[in-house]
Amino acid sequence: MLKDQDRIFTNIYGLKDKSLKGAMSRGHWDGTKQIIQKGRDWIIEEMKASGLRGRGGAGFPTGLKWSFMPKESDGRPHYLVINADESEPGTCKDREIMRHDPHTLIEGCVIAGFAMAAHTAYIYVRGEYMREREALQAAIDECYDAGLLGKNNKLGWDFDIYVHHGAGAYICGEETALLESLEGKKGQPRLKPPFPANMGLYGCPTTVNNVESIAVAPTILRRGAGWFSSIGRPNNVGTKLFMISGHVNKPCTVEEAMGIPFRELIDKHAGGIRGGWDNLLAVIPGGASCPIIRGEDMDDAIMDFDGMRDKKSSFGTAAIIVMDKSTDVIRAIARLSAFFKHESCGQCTPCREGTGWMWRVMERMVTGNAQKREIDMLLQVSKQIEGHTICALGDAAAWPVQGLIRNFRPEIEARIDRYTHNAMAHGAVMEAAE
Amino acid sequence: MSVRRLAEDSVQPTAFAFNDENAVWAEATIRKYPEGRQQSAVIPLLMRAQEQDGWVTRAAIEHMAQKLDMPYIRVLEVATFYTQFQLKPVGTRAHVQVCGTTPCMLRGSDELIRVCKSKIHPDPLHPNAEGTLSWEEVECQGACVNAPMVIIFKDAYEDLTPTQLEHIIDRFEAGKGHEITPGPQIDRHFSAPVGGSTTLTEEIKPVRTNLEPKPTAEEAAAAASVPPVEAARPKDTAPEADPSIKTPLTDKAGAKKQAKAAEKQPLSATTSTPKPDRKRKGSAAEGAPAEAGEVTGEAKPKRTRKKTTPEGDAS
Repeated sequence: MLKDQDRIFTNIYGLKDKSLKGAMSRGHWDGTKQIIQKGRDWIIEEMKASGLRGRGGAGFPTGLKWSFMPKESDGRPHYLVINADESEPGTCKDREIMRHDPHTLIEGCVIAGFAMAAHTAYIYVRGEYMREREALQAAIDECYDAGLLGKNNKLGWDFDIYVHHGAGAYICGEETALLESLEGKKGQPRLKPPFPANMGLYGCPTTVNNVESIAVAPTILRRGAGWFSSIGRPNNVGTKLFMISGHVNKPCTVEEAMGIPFRELIDKHAGGIRGGWDNLLAVIPGGASCPIIRGEDMDDAIMDFDGMRDKKSSFGTAAIIVMDKSTDVIRAIARLSAFFKHESCGQCTPCREGTGWMWRVMERMVTGNAQKREIDMLLQVSKQIEGHTICALGDAAAWPVQGLIRNFRPEIEARIDRYTHNAMAHGAVMEAAE
Repeated sequence: MSVRRLAEDSVQPTAFAFNDENAVWAEATIRKYPEGRQQSAVIPLLMRAQEQDGWVTRAAIEHMAQKLDMPYIRVLEVATFYTQFQLKPVGTRAHVQVCGTTPCMLRGSDELIRVCKSKIHPDPLHPNAEGTLSWEEVECQGACVNAPMVIIFKDAYEDLTPTQLEHIIDRFEAGKGHEITPGPQIDRHFSAPVGGSTTLTEEIKPVRTNLEPKPTAEEAAAAASVPPVEAARPKDTAPEADPSIKTPLTDKAGAKKQAKAAEKQPLSATTSTPKPDRKRKGSAAEGAPAEAGEVTGEAKPKRTRKKTTPEGDAS
């Protein structure tokens, strides 16, 4: 288990002083100028050496992403954009960072901005996080007053941070959709290339990073890449905020080491599964878009990128949604289908039409009002959506359905059978399928 | 996608204007974005309009189009795309947004929706008879470890039971919503586990930065002020580099005498009078004889090509 000394977010529950003074007393903003004086290349090399993988779900190496920015400006300004549009169902980590430990993020913005020669950062907060936005803005104002931000600041790198917000669109968590939204348009993803590092916000070089990726950067640089990469397994290093929701005794957000076994995580921090381990039915390990895993497969699961890939799922944002045996798992996934149908931006036909189609079929599967061959048809259609859209929302909508069919096909068939047994000659049902 | 339309004309007000405080705020918000990129402010401004009026009216959309120099359709697009904008009037005292996505559903959001249906209106987005309350089911609000939850205006009420939600709705209907503390409605501190945190209980020593800073430009210059050593210089074996040869730099008296003698000569006798280089005159001799030779121009012994380049002999 991770020692408290090795935790980066030392005020994640808001139990301590969250002001600038409090943050400084916990070691934040310490030697930021020294870090900046070490130079751009050193920061990027150190980030690469730390092995930090982006915390927004895709797990792209953060240091590598920073190095994609042009080394010399061609006259266009560079931008740093922070993705705080945290909308993946199950995910609620950035919220805690913004409202209780905002200085980790702000310090990270300055360092990351310096590393990519950006003088401006926009933090795109999801519209629903109104109190979080206020808390973040208050922390930024504190930093301006203390001379840590703005022109001619104490750190020697002119830097401005602006808080922007969305208005309730999941798709704006996709980086190019986020940039579109930030430019005041509908959040519809752009085709890539050109990549944001060349043509991003307002046509200028831009890097979009998740809140957690940026917020951990100062501590990594302060303690050294070696410290960070010594936690966890190779290629899956560091600490991570885990969010445990659903049918556990004590749902919570907790910072733990990557590669912690699933059982240990649940027993230590979430008080175990509701009704005991035998009552575990299934787990969605990384937020709504990750395929569901059967409970028995989770017994030996290691919670990191590779560990979840071994289970044919994905680590995503480490938003663990636990379901016990009282769950109607088909309905749980159907609800996710409804979510993706609601959140599709409507730009690509496979996604716009496919998410709605899958949802309607899933709704029939919930009652059992379907043919068994439709299960295969559903799987086939989900494969036709996956990979045929501009952004990954099509994939994200297809994976939960595929995961359900892969792991719970007998349950779906049993429900269809039950519905059929209850059916009358004219097609009506005597009683509800439940 | 969800299909969203503006409210019927009968409920649309004729005009929209920000109040004084919001107008000042709007100007400051537009300034956050670069020159000519004022369109970026459209979402924050529409949101502020919604906070002011309770919902986004057609007049507000037109107002924003004018203010931000955007075509009307672009603002309409934004208002209908983003689902947080209420395009129809909602409850004046409370608009209850119940999260119904899977993590909340697993923890009992169905019950909360049932409460809303019975206490407010059977249909979502329909204000009750008095127009004070309305509700809707929304997608994930990002408080999944505190499920189930509702959002009323700006605040989230988390870890709810149906009875608690009934109580909250009652308080809001009575206009006393502020009496209820937002956040978890059970004995719990934000997202920490019930019964106390399992982490961050030990004493933590703040981590200090311990890096050797990269030398700044001034420090680098100071370090470079040590006199340069000659070790790396190529050995100059040219005859004019012989330190025993007298040059104007090593033998100033002799050079003056020569110069005077030259001046006395008639101008026609020589085409070029040797003049001591003004720039170098008086400058401290750096001890590089080759350079000194160059400076004196004609005073230096001429290099004979034949002697130094064997190729010259061959040709």
